[in-house]
Amino acid sequence: MTGQSEFLLQTIGVTKMFGDLAANADVTLKVAPGEIHALLGENGAGKSTLVKMIYGSLQPTSGELFWMGERVTVPNPAAARNLGIGMVFQHFSLFEALSVAENIALAMPGKLDLDILSERITRVSKEYGLPLDPSALVADLSVGERQRIEIVRCLLQEPRLLIMDEPTAVLTPQEADQLFVTLNRLAGEGCAVLYISHRLEEVKQLCHNSTILRHGKVVANVDPQKETAASLARLMVGADVHSISARASRTEGPVMIETSDLSMPSDGPFGVSLKNIALDVQGGEIVAIAGVAGNGQSELFDALSGERQALTGDAVKLCGTNCGLTSVTGRRQMNAAFVPEERLGHGAVPGMPLSENVILTRHSAASGLTRSGFIDREVAHQINDRLTQKFDIRKGKRDPEARSLSGGNLQKFVVGRELDREPKVLIINQPTWGVDAGAAALIRQALIDLARSGSAVLVISQDLDEIFEIADRIAVISRGELSTPRPAGDISLEQIGLLMAGAHEKGAAKVERAKA
Amino acid sequence: MGALEAVILTIITASTPLLLAAIGELVVERSGVLNLGVEGMMVMGAVCGFAVSYSTGSPYLGVLAAIAAGVFMSLLFGFLTLTLVANQVATGLALTLLGLGLSGLIGESFVGLPGVKLTALAIPGLSQIPFIGPILFGQDILVYASFALVAAVSYVMFKTRTGLIIRAIGDNHTSAHALGYGVIPVRYACVMFGGACAGLSGGYLSLAYTPQWIENMTGGRGWIALALVVFSTWLPKRVAIGAYLFGAVWIMGLYVQAAGVGIPSQFLSSLPYLVTIVALVIISGNKTLSRVNTPACIGQSFVPDR
Amino acid sequence: MKLILEKRAEHSQKMAVLSPLIAIALTVLVGGIIFAVRGLNPFYALYIYFIDPVMSLWSIEQLVVKATPLILIGVGLAICFTANVWNIGAEGQLTMGAVFGGLLPVMFPEFQSPLVMPLMLLLGVIGGMAYAAIPALLKNRFGANEILTSLMLVYVAGFILDWLVRGPWRDPMGFNFPKTVTFDGWQLLPTFGGTIHMGAVLAVVAVVVLAVVMGRTLKGFEILVLGNAPRAGAFAGFSRTKIVLFSFLLSGGLAGLAGIGEVMSTVGQLQPTISPGYGFTAIIVAFLGRLNPIGVLFAGLMLGISYLGGEAAQVTLGMSDKIAKVFQGILLFFILACDSMILYRIRLITGAKPQAAPAE
Repeated sequence: MTGQSEFLLQTIGVTKMFGDLAANADVTLKVAPGEIHALLGENGAGKSTLVKMIYGSLQPTSGELFWMGERVTVPNPAAARNLGIGMVFQHFSLFEALSVAENIALAMPGKLDLDILSERITRVSKEYGLPLDPSALVADLSVGERQRIEIVRCLLQEPRLLIMDEPTAVLTPQEADQLFVTLNRLAGEGCAVLYISHRLEEVKQLCHNSTILRHGKVVANVDPQKETAASLARLMVGADVHSISARASRTEGPVMIETSDLSMPSDGPFGVSLKNIALDVQGGEIVAIAGVAGNGQSELFDALSGERQALTGDAVKLCGTNCGLTSVTGRRQMNAAFVPEERLGHGAVPGMPLSENVILTRHSAASGLTRSGFIDREVAHQINDRLTQKFDIRKGKRDPEARSLSGGNLQKFVVGRELDREPKVLIINQPTWGVDAGAAALIRQALIDLARSGSAVLVISQDLDEIFEIADRIAVISRGELSTPRPAGDISLEQIGLLMAGAHEKGAAKVERAKA
Repeated sequence: MGALEAVILTIITASTPLLLAAIGELVVERSGVLNLGVEGMMVMGAVCGFAVSYSTGSPYLGVLAAIAAGVFMSLLFGFLTLTLVANQVATGLALTLLGLGLSGLIGESFVGLPGVKLTALAIPGLSQIPFIGPILFGQDILVYASFALVAAVSYVMFKTRTGLIIRAIGDNHTSAHALGYGVIPVRYACVMFGGACAGLSGGYLSLAYTPQWIENMTGGRGWIALALVVFSTWLPKRVAIGAYLFGAVWIMGLYVQAAGVGIPSQFLSSLPYLVTIVALVIISGNKTLSRVNTPACIGQSFVPDR
Repeated sequence: MKLILEKRAEHSQKMAVLSPLIAIALTVLVGGIIFAVRGLNPFYALYIYFIDPVMSLWSIEQLVVKATPLILIGVGLAICFTANVWNIGAEGQLTMGAVFGGLLPVMFPEFQSPLVMPLMLLLGVIGGMAYAAIPALLKNRFGANEILTSLMLVYVAGFILDWLVRGPWRDPMGFNFPKTVTFDGWQLLPTFGGTIHMGAVLAVVAVVVLAVVMGRTLKGFEILVLGNAPRAGAFAGFSRTKIVLFSFLLSGGLAGLAGIGEVMSTVGQLQPTISPGYGFTAIIVAFLGRLNPIGVLFAGLMLGISYLGGEAAQVTLGMSDKIAKVFQGILLFFILACDSMILYRIRLITGAKPQAAPAE
C-alpha cells in the first residue's frame, strides 16, 4: 500500500500480549479523515490497550499500523504527536502542581516560552469555546476544566486524529453537549476522532462509524445510527444484558440516614469542604447522589462512614442514633455498612488474601471472627466461601490476593462483604465504576433487593444511567453543597445537569418555568 | 579583618557542606525520589576525596574523586530503587550504612595523616572590596560552586524545559509516562546529580573544612541536609537561607563554647541536631507551607506497563 | 540489553523464603572477591570470617551475646517497619535505656536487693520508650518526619551519655576516666555459667510473643493493614496515630531493654560508648528477617556472626574489623534487591530498538 489511502489510520491484525493474556488479538480498525469513529466494548475488552498502541504508549506484540497509507511504528507518544495524533486520557495525564500553561508546554515540542504559549492557549481555547486561564494551577480546577486542558493541549498541535477515552464520564450532560459541538466542528475541519465510550445513546447521537471489541477481538464494525442501543449492547456483551427486575412497591420505613446542617472544612489545600448538607434516607428506599467527580463525594462518604468525624454528634444520624462523633467501627456496630469508591487500597488491601480482607470491615461485628483479640481464620474462610457462592465471585483459587481479581469480581467481593451482614443502612460510593455489565447488573439488583427488604441505601454515583435505573429519590452534590432530594420521576436529566454544574435550586426552578 | 567579617566567613565554611548536599537532594526529591543515603554518599566523597588528594597531592583531583564517589554510590541507590523498585526509605538507609562502613575501611590507612588543603581562590580586584570582597570573592572553588549551584538549580528548575520535566515527573509519574517522558532515565539523572553534590559536600569536609580524614567525619550533616530540603519546602533559595541559618547555629555553639560559658560542651554540640528537630516541627506543623510544593510522587516506585 | 520487571499476580511465597538466602549467598560471594582483592585466599578468609565463629563453644557463646541486643532491637523494628513507621533512632533509645537503668546503681551504688535487677530492666524499658515517644509525638502532632527526628535524637542521646559519664555521674574513684562506678551483684544480669546472660532469654520471649501477636491477633492484623494500605486501615477503623505511637513505644522499649541489658552484662558500667552500633545493625536484622519475628531470630544470629567474623578477620587475617560494617551494608543491599523478586519477575531482554516513525 503506498501513497494516498482513503483511510487516515489502519491497524491490521494488531495483537498485544500481557504475559499469557491477549489484551488485543488480531485487531483491525480503519478510521477515515473527518470521521467520528466509536470504539465500543465492555470494561476489559481491550479498548484502552488498542489506543495506547496507536498513541505509542505501548508497543504491539504483532501486527501493523498504517498512517495515511504508509506503514509506521510509533515508538513513543512524542512520535505519535509528530504524526498528528492527539489523545485525551480517561484518567487525565495532568500535573496538579503545575499551571495550565506548563501542563500544555509538556506536550509541545521546541523551546519553552510560556508567555507566547499562554497567548496561543487563550486564543485557541476561545476559538473552540473551551475557555481556560493559562496561569491557573490545575489542582484548583474542576474536572470539566481539566478535560478542556487536555483537549486544548491536543488542538494546539493541529491533530489529524484525536483519540478520546471515555470523555463524557466526568461531564455534566450540558458539558457533554458542548463537547459534542466541539468534536463535530473538528470533524467538519477534517480531523478524525476515535471515540471510546460505553454510553450507547451518545454514540448513536455523535458517531459515524463504530468498531466493537469483545475480549480483545473485533466482533463487529457497524454504523451506530442504524443500530439500537440494545443491539449495540448485545454486540458488546455477547449476550442479552439482564435488565434489572422491576421495583416492587416500596414500603415507607423510618428515617435511617439523616444529616442536618453537616459542614466540614476541607482536609488539605486541594480538598472540598462540605457545606450544610441536609439529607434523609428512609428504610426501604434508595437515594442517589449525582455529581461531577471531585465535588465533595468522597468527603461526604468519609463523613457518613466516620473515617472523618463531624464537628458535632448530631450532624450525622444513622439508625436514629446521633453518631457524628462515632468511629467507623462504632457505626458498623449500629448495623451500618459502607463501600468506598476505591476498591484497591481503600475497600480492600491489595496484597492481602480475600479471607483477610473479610476481617477488614467485620472484625468488631458479632460474627465470631475475633475472640478476645485473637482472630479465628477458619471463620474468615467460611465467610469468604459464602461470599464467593452468593455473589458469583470468579477467581483462580480459594483465597487469592485482592489485587489479582478483576475489577468486577473484586467489586462483587467488596459489596458482598457488606451485604452479607444484612445491614440496616448501606452507603456506597460509585457502586459499579469500571466493572463489566454482568457484575454491574448483579450489584444494582442486590442494592434494590436490600432496599426492598427494608434497609436504607444511599448511592453516590457519577453514572446518571445507573442513578435513573435504581434510585427512588435523587439529589445532586456540587462544590460541597447538596440539593434537596427529589423523587426520581420528578426530575429530568437536564435539571440534574444544571445542578451538577452548580446552578442553585432557584436557577433550576427558573429553567423549569421557562420550559413550562 | 573585622570580627563580623570573620564570623560570616566561618559561617559560610560551616554552611557550605550542608548547602551542597541539600541542593543536590532537592533536585532528587523534585523528581519524586527520596534518597536518604545522603550521609553515606557524603562520607564516601570525603574519604575518596582525601585519599586521592593525599596520594596525588592535588586537591582538585581530590574534588573530582569525591564527586565520582558520590555518583557511584548514587548509582547503587538508583539501580535498587529505580530498576529493581526496592523500597526507597530502606535503600537510603542501606546506602548510609554501607557508606559509613566502606569509608571506614578505605580511610583506615589515612587516619591522622595531614591533608592537602584546598586553598582560597581570591578573585583579583573584587576580593579587595571591603567586607563583601572576602566573603563573596575570597573563597575556595567549592564555595563558589555552592553559590553557582543554587543559582543554576533555581534557574533550571523554574525557567527551563528540563526543570519543568523534572517537576512534572515528581508530581505525577504516570501522567509523565503517558505523555512519553522517560520517568526512569530522568530520575537516574537526578539521583546522580544528587550523588555528585553529596560527594562534593563530603569532599569539602575533608579537603577544605578540616583537611584530614576522621572516621564518620560527616557527623550527621547528610541527615541535616535532608531536613533542610523539607525546611526549604523544595525551593532552592530557601535551601540557601536554611543552610546559612544552620551554619550560624553551628558556629554560635562553637563561639559560646570558646567563650567558656558554664554550659556543658555536649549541650552546645547537640544544638544543631536539636535545631533540626525544631525546624522540622515548625515547618511540618504548617500544612499549607509544607504540602503545596511537596512532590506528590515522592518515595513512590514507578513500573511502566509494557 | 535491558532489565525489566514483570509484576506477578500475587506475592511469591517461594521467593519470600529464598530471597534472604540468595542475599546471604551473594554477600559471601562479594566478600570472597574483597578478600581476593586484598591478596588473601578467599576460601580460607571466608572460612575464618563466617564459619570459624560457630566452630567452638566459646565463640558460640560470644555469638549469642552479640545476637541478643540485635534480636531484641530487630524484632521491635520489624514491627515498626511492618507498620510503615520508620524508627531509625534505636541506637539513641538503646543509649537512653542504659542511662535510665544506670540511674539506680549510679545514684544508689550501695542498694543491693533482688529488686534491683528487675527495677533496672524496667527503668531501661521506660527510658527507651520515653525517648522513642518524642519522634512519635512530633509525628502525630506536627507531622514531622520521624526518620529525621529519630535519627537526630541518636546524636543528642550520645551527647547526654557523654556528658553524664564525664560530668555528674563519673566515678569519683575512677582516676578521672569517663566512666561510672562498676556495676556489681544484683546490678548485673545473671549468666548461664559463661557469658550468655538473661537478656538472651528475654530476646527469645520477645520473639515468641511478637510472632503470636503478628500471626494471630487483631493487633497484628491492624499493624499489617496500616502498613500496607493506610486508607484501608482507616476504613477498617484502625488509627494510624495510635499505631505510630505503639510501634515507637514497642521498639523503643525493646531497644532500651537491649541497652540496659548490655550495661548490666558485657559492659558492666556506663561509659561514652556502650554499643558498636547495634541500633543501626538491627535495621539490617529486621530486613534480613523479612520483618518476621521468627526470621529476626535467625537474622540476629547471622549478623552476630558478622561482628565476630570482623574480630576474627582482625586477629587471624590481619584485616580491619571495619570489614564487618561493609559486609553488613552489602548484605542489606542484596536483601533489598532480592526482595523485589517476591513481587516481580526479573527478565533480561536483548532486543532490537524499535524503529523510529518516518519524518513528516
